[in-house]
Amino acid sequence: MTATIERGSATAPVTPATPPPTPVRKPGKKPTSFLGSSNGKKVVMAVTGAIMVSFLVLHMLGNLKIFAGRESFNEYAHWLRTLLEPFVPYRTVLTLLEIGLVAAVVLHMWAAISLARRAHKARPVKYVAKKSQATGYATHIMRWGGVTIVIFLVWHLLDLTFGVVNPKGFDSLPADRMIAGFDPTRWWVTLFYVVAVVMVGLHLRHGLWSMFQTLGWAAKRYQVLKPAAALLSAVLVVGFLAPPLAIMIGIVK
Amino acid sequence: MNLTLNVWRQKGPEDAGRMVKYKVKDVSPDMSFLEMLDVLNERLILDGDDPIAFDHDCREGICGMCGMVINGVAHGEQVATTTCQLHMRHFEDGATITIEPWRAAPFPVVKDLVVDRSAFDRIIQAGGFISVPAGSAPDAHSVPVRKDDADAAFDAATCIGCGACVAACPNGSASLFTAAKITHLSLLPQGQPERLSRAKAMVEQMDAEGFGGCTNTGECTAVCPKGIPLDTIAKMNADFLKAN
Ligand code: HEM
Ligand code: SF4
Ligand code: FES
Repeated sequence: MTATIERGSATAPVTPATPPPTPVRKPGKKPTSFLGSSNGKKVVMAVTGAIMVSFLVLHMLGNLKIFAGRESFNEYAHWLRTLLEPFVPYRTVLTLLEIGLVAAVVLHMWAAISLARRAHKARPVKYVAKKSQATGYATHIMRWGGVTIVIFLVWHLLDLTFGVVNPKGFDSLPADRMIAGFDPTRWWVTLFYVVAVVMVGLHLRHGLWSMFQTLGWAAKRYQVLKPAAALLSAVLVVGFLAPPLAIMIGIVK
Repeated sequence: MNLTLNVWRQKGPEDAGRMVKYKVKDVSPDMSFLEMLDVLNERLILDGDDPIAFDHDCREGICGMCGMVINGVAHGEQVATTTCQLHMRHFEDGATITIEPWRAAPFPVVKDLVVDRSAFDRIIQAGGFISVPAGSAPDAHSVPVRKDDADAAFDAATCIGCGACVAACPNGSASLFTAAKITHLSLLPQGQPERLSRAKAMVEQMDAEGFGGCTNTGECTAVCPKGIPLDTIAKMNADFLKAN
């Protein structure tokens, strides 16, 4: 074959072949509501995430009361149940807060699942090779990390709130349940707890900053908010790990 | 240099597609990545084979046509560089290089490495414009713009619409592109009248096209040949929230 090829002709069609049909992909429908849009779902995630984080901060401070003695911890638990009494019946405020939290968890999961499904649909054919270029491990475990947290949450409620799987049972004082729950003989409970708290920490390390981004606050304060998110996550992890570890090594009895 | 290429071949939109292995000999380290593909294509043509279809136009990093995923990274591992500006000296002799098209449902493959990016055009059509009184060109500086804003708007405007952000995003989201197009106008006085309706329309069009939602992973910024920063997405989100 003696064909000479001039520069530039390499990618031109050699034979007058019919051009391949251009795929016509028609856009789907625009979202009809705020909550139907992917950005709206992210806002739901951010707001419910913020509610859960505020709860975690209070919960952590409450837990730390165990260092002030059993009395102080039990009083705090009692106070939570008698808030605004006698204006409202026993446990009104706490029950309302609990309903709010359950709603937050459900909405957060709803948004997470629906966005994950959307993401799967947006990449039907996977890459043969794909290398992550962004830094950060936390970003890649948000979905599975979330699932781990839910599984832990169920156990945690059965253990320390309802006392079903707690050695002291339901009719016991909160501090007794806590101290018995993290007894050295139940080291595997403490281990599970540590893993879960670290998971929450990683979830929040990315999640908190992501929340600022979603709500549009990170636009100018990027340099401040990213470390702030990491710091708050770290404080929560330390604050949540201190009581069980102290109980396990016998500082709190 | 001698190289082994693993290239995605797909006859047309309906074809399932597969990876095909090619050997390329005597590649000069001074060649650009596209020139290396040209060399392979010349040989394929001489052999009577179908050359590998890929998009390209300017070959100087400004048109955004030359998208392909090289060794798992959109536009290759060289930071802030389009495929056409990537040179073979960054690869080792004897290396195996995997080449794939952008993979996202809203970017269907036309042939081999060529994808249809009309979805981006429709996002721009949805609101990427400003209304100006027509007539002769306005006087320079008749509308004052703060230097910071002018710089930031210009940075956002450098987006060449290549689609690498979508290709790299684990969610197949077009947020970085859309945010770049939105902020480039929203930072300027001329962009103010339609600011909120623009953000709403463009974000909704992005959803309609089937792109995924953003989870702020930052994969997009890392591969963007123009280094569009992630905080443009925060600006877009703020405008979208205000518009609702
Ligand atoms: C119930 C199980 C959970 C699942 C499945 C889950 C899943 C997710 C996912 C997929 C994201 C989006 C990640 C991203 O933007 O990259 C996210 C964000 C977030 N999560 Fe969770 N999560 C769960 C529980 C929690 C809990 C218990 C908290 C708080 C204590 C929390 C706080 C947050 C925050 C603050 C965000 C950031 C919202 C945003 O991206 O705008 N999540 N979560
Ligand atoms: S934002 Fe960057 S990666 Fe995305 S289309 Fe624009 S130039 Fe390409
Ligand atoms: S060919 Fe124009 S940017 Fe690469």
